[in-house]
Amino acid sequence: MTNSPATTSPDAGPPGLGSEAEGTPARSGLALVLGALPWLVAAGLVGAAGYLGGYLATIVAFALIYAVFVTGLNIFMGFTAQVSFGHNAFAAIGGYTSAVLTTTYEWPPLAAFAAGLAGSLALAGLIGWPTLRLKGHYLSMGTLAIGLIVYEIAVQWESVTQGYLGISGIPSLGIGRFEATGDRQILAVLTAIVLLGAFVVARMRRSRFGRALSAVAGSEEAARALGIDVARYKLASFLLSAGFASLAGTLFVHVVGYVSPEVFGLHMVILAFTMLYVGGLGTVVGPIIGALVISLLPETFRGFRDYQDLGYGAALILLLIYAPRGMAGLIDLAAGRKAS
Amino acid sequence: MAPDPHAPLLQVRGLTARYGHVRALEATDLTVDRGELVAILGPNGAGKSTLLRAILGLVANTGEVRSEGVVLPRADPVAVASAGIVLVPEGRGIFGPMTVAENLRLGAYRVRDRREVERRLARTFELFPRLSERLGQTAGSMSGGEQQMVAIGRALMADPKVLLLDEPSLGLAPRVTAEILETLRRLNQSGLSVVLVEQKAPLALELAVRVHLLSLGRTVAVISPDQVKSHDELARYYFA
Repeated sequence: MTNSPATTSPDAGPPGLGSEAEGTPARSGLALVLGALPWLVAAGLVGAAGYLGGYLATIVAFALIYAVFVTGLNIFMGFTAQVSFGHNAFAAIGGYTSAVLTTTYEWPPLAAFAAGLAGSLALAGLIGWPTLRLKGHYLSMGTLAIGLIVYEIAVQWESVTQGYLGISGIPSLGIGRFEATGDRQILAVLTAIVLLGAFVVARMRRSRFGRALSAVAGSEEAARALGIDVARYKLASFLLSAGFASLAGTLFVHVVGYVSPEVFGLHMVILAFTMLYVGGLGTVVGPIIGALVISLLPETFRGFRDYQDLGYGAALILLLIYAPRGMAGLIDLAAGRKAS
Repeated sequence: MAPDPHAPLLQVRGLTARYGHVRALEATDLTVDRGELVAILGPNGAGKSTLLRAILGLVANTGEVRSEGVVLPRADPVAVASAGIVLVPEGRGIFGPMTVAENLRLGAYRVRDRREVERRLARTFELFPRLSERLGQTAGSMSGGEQQMVAIGRALMADPKVLLLDEPSLGLAPRVTAEILETLRRLNQSGLSVVLVEQKAPLALELAVRVHLLSLGRTVAVISPDQVKSHDELARYYFA
């Protein structure tokens, strides 16, 4: 115990929190410009997709749905410093509930979404309540199991999910008489949802709740010694991030109009992790820029033909070597903010 | 049970703690009255930190801990902290990526009244003027002494009845240590009860009304600081 570090492992904490240091006026001006950069890039990509339409619009729409998913994952992994391999389960519950209720039972999308959300939160509470009290990797293993189990249920429960065949003919996103059809409308709706999610997270981070999550991320023991109910905050963070995942699942099935078990397989988790780390763990814009970059990156290497995967892999490795704190972290560095 | 204002602020009876199967603390007693500063001395591995962590309930423990006569739960650090028993952990436990202001505000995390939080902040700055100039700085980028000030300041934001300090001098230059201890002396003189764990005996002997000597998880002696004036005398207690 005597050689414990002077601070509770500053490297392990959410990197984004370091960016709140107040710099000199000139430096904060530069920081402001650089801080706006990822938002501008994201806006440019979405704008281009809306203008050009077609394949690009489809990819960017997927990226925005992933941005919602990763924004939620970031609350749990970035701000609370926990690990979950099973958030695809909540996306699957949200997605399948929406798909089944809107097709077989002809519910309106919003009501179906609410039902899926309730289901996801119930499951998150059920696994979170016992496992979040435990230390270490119990929760991670528990979440991995739940992701695999939900996938198996989607495959086996054919009377409801139609197994590998999947469910098709899912209606578009819509509220009341409004229905989002066509690339531009879908992109506009998704962009609004992503921005709303980012706003919620930005507000949360600066709130008492957000500070408590950061304390849990910094050191559970120090947080406990301050009277912070660590288990309760971990559970709240888990539920919140599961809610985002459920929303992403619902958005996916409505945008694509079709769902099958593979959509919410383990590869979704791997893709989301890549987006989160490339974008910047524990930052507000990181999940959005990460989702866009990782979705578009393989396409930029399409010209390489047989070497497409090689190019994509090499680009990922380079990114993680030169921007270990993600692209949002890279910008902090460029703005000369103190790396914490 | 209602608190008894005449009972000691902190009363520990037969506290035993273990890490897995290893007993780190054996049937320890400790009493701290209002305004007292009690020091816990002992070599590395004597169980000093474990004693503080066991009082909070951060380590598996059995025994009895009371504050003003009220029995505190043994596995609920939140309840103990709420009762006003606040720990400044070894290694300070500050949140490196957060700013000084955020760290301090977390100390008053359980207080919802904003004016009360501001009042406590002002009081903390009176004690540590340097912190008020560094509010926006990330705590991890500060010097060791300043980090210790943040850690103590953060604990004071909780308005403790008893402040538990685990080796505040660890890793600090002698001049900085003296500054921290002078602050502790002032806090104690203003009426705050303190339990101070130290390895550097002379520092603790200067401030304490009573000194508990721990060795291998057991209390080997409870002495008055007047009884020992040198390291040699202190050593005699251990080998007696």
